[in-house]
Amino acid sequence: MSLWEYANPVKFLALSAKVQPFAWAVAAIGIGVGLIWGFFFTPDDFRQGASIKIIYIHVPSAWIAVNAWMMMLVASLIWLVRRHHVSALAARAAAPVGLVMTVIGLLTGAIWGQPIWGTWWAWDPRLTSFLILFLFYLGYIALWEAIEDPDTAADLTAILCLVGSVFALMSRYAVLFWSQGLHQGATLSLDKEENISDVFWQPLVLSIVGFTLLFIALVLYRTGTEIALRRTKALAVRLERDV
Amino acid sequence: MPDLGKYTEYVLLSYGLSIGLLVVLLALTLRRGRKARTALRRIEEETSRNGKN
Amino acid sequence: MTALLIRDLRLAIRAGGGFGLGLAFFLILVVLVPFSVGPQSALLASIAPGVLWLGALLACLLSLDRLLALDFEDGTLDVLATAPLPLEAALAVKALAHWITTGLPLVLAAPVLGILLSLPAGGYGWLVLSLLLGTPALSMIGTFGAALTVGIKRGGLLMSLLVLPLYVPTLIFGAEAARRGAALMDAQTPLVLLAGISLGAVALLPFAAAAALRMTIR
Repeated sequence: MSLWEYANPVKFLALSAKVQPFAWAVAAIGIGVGLIWGFFFTPDDFRQGASIKIIYIHVPSAWIAVNAWMMMLVASLIWLVRRHHVSALAARAAAPVGLVMTVIGLLTGAIWGQPIWGTWWAWDPRLTSFLILFLFYLGYIALWEAIEDPDTAADLTAILCLVGSVFALMSRYAVLFWSQGLHQGATLSLDKEENISDVFWQPLVLSIVGFTLLFIALVLYRTGTEIALRRTKALAVRLERDV
Repeated sequence: MPDLGKYTEYVLLSYGLSIGLLVVLLALTLRRGRKARTALRRIEEETSRNGKN
Repeated sequence: MTALLIRDLRLAIRAGGGFGLGLAFFLILVVLVPFSVGPQSALLASIAPGVLWLGALLACLLSLDRLLALDFEDGTLDVLATAPLPLEAALAVKALAHWITTGLPLVLAAPVLGILLSLPAGGYGWLVLSLLLGTPALSMIGTFGAALTVGIKRGGLLMSLLVLPLYVPTLIFGAEAARRGAALMDAQTPLVLLAGISLGAVALLPFAAAAALRMTIR
């Protein structure tokens, strides 16, 4: 048992305990106010009518789905370079959250597509990329579950995450090359002209902030769970040895 | 309840499904977290009862 | 290095090594396609490049199980890990052996199976060329997948789950090149990109595979 196993998780848990109430509160306010504002107090879009209200869930979940993978990539790199256990556990904790967000993005997209495009599903580049991202999440989680030794599992999943990121990026461009899409361009663009109008923009930003904080709170809490599980196992081994 | 016109069921369905999924994720996370933390507390007490070694 | 290659090739060709199994699978898959979609040759001709690519990909996947598993069980991998030859090179050689015993036969068989699917006459060259350029990537990516899952009992299904998403870009460019070739369109761009993926995979993935393998057998 190295010192890292205890010292750093303790520091992490202390920080996490301080940040978490704030994160949960902002998440609840952001999502609550953003969705209620968006659902009840925004006008209909002149082209898409009331279906525009789906955007307040669709865009934030898609945003988290992609950024959760980015976070896992960074955490995996930190684990491989610094052997920081909390980092590996944080990557593990984030994956199911990212998976659920990907599913929400795909589901709301399909439900939105039905009245607007006349189809639940089309092999559009964005939709296809998300489907591929979904598969990557599944493989990553399955690999974590399959390996007994926690350090080996952390190592192998970290490598999968690195290689997977490269291939996910390549798939993104391959898919762009392969099909022309129905999906509109980026919703969040720095180019003012392309952006959606302020009426929709403000509740959307609020909702995105809420989703982001929800992600952070969930990952902090779940990382704490993983640390507790790991420590329980270590103590159980020690108890058995002493008896 | 705002008038959603012909999109009523689509909008409600996507809100319902999404919020449902989020609640399930939250519930599973909390359940697993509670269980893990209780198990840890129990085994920590046992360890300290056995003397510090 | 050559010795390792020859050893791997011998083992693969010997009975029970799985040589020819992938080829047989490829044949059966292609024969089953008309049964499932109907015998109209116009329909078959339009889906032939994609079906042949998908069949080759699945046949490749099928044979990955044996790539490292047997060597892991009998301890050969432990010897390789401590041998003077870097593990990266050893794995690249293993991927090469896999390509020679699985990928190359698939490339050679594809035109014959193309006849069964009434592939248009102009498409054969492009099909063979695209498979020739793409199958090395399939073997190398597969070696990486095998290295990730070699320590897991009954990891075959898991490996498919990990490897198939990694196959996506190769499949897209390869099938696109074959499809465009068959339709007498310009197939050069996807072909170049496909070659790029193969080169990149062969250059970089041995390192990732060796890293994964070291973590499993340390």
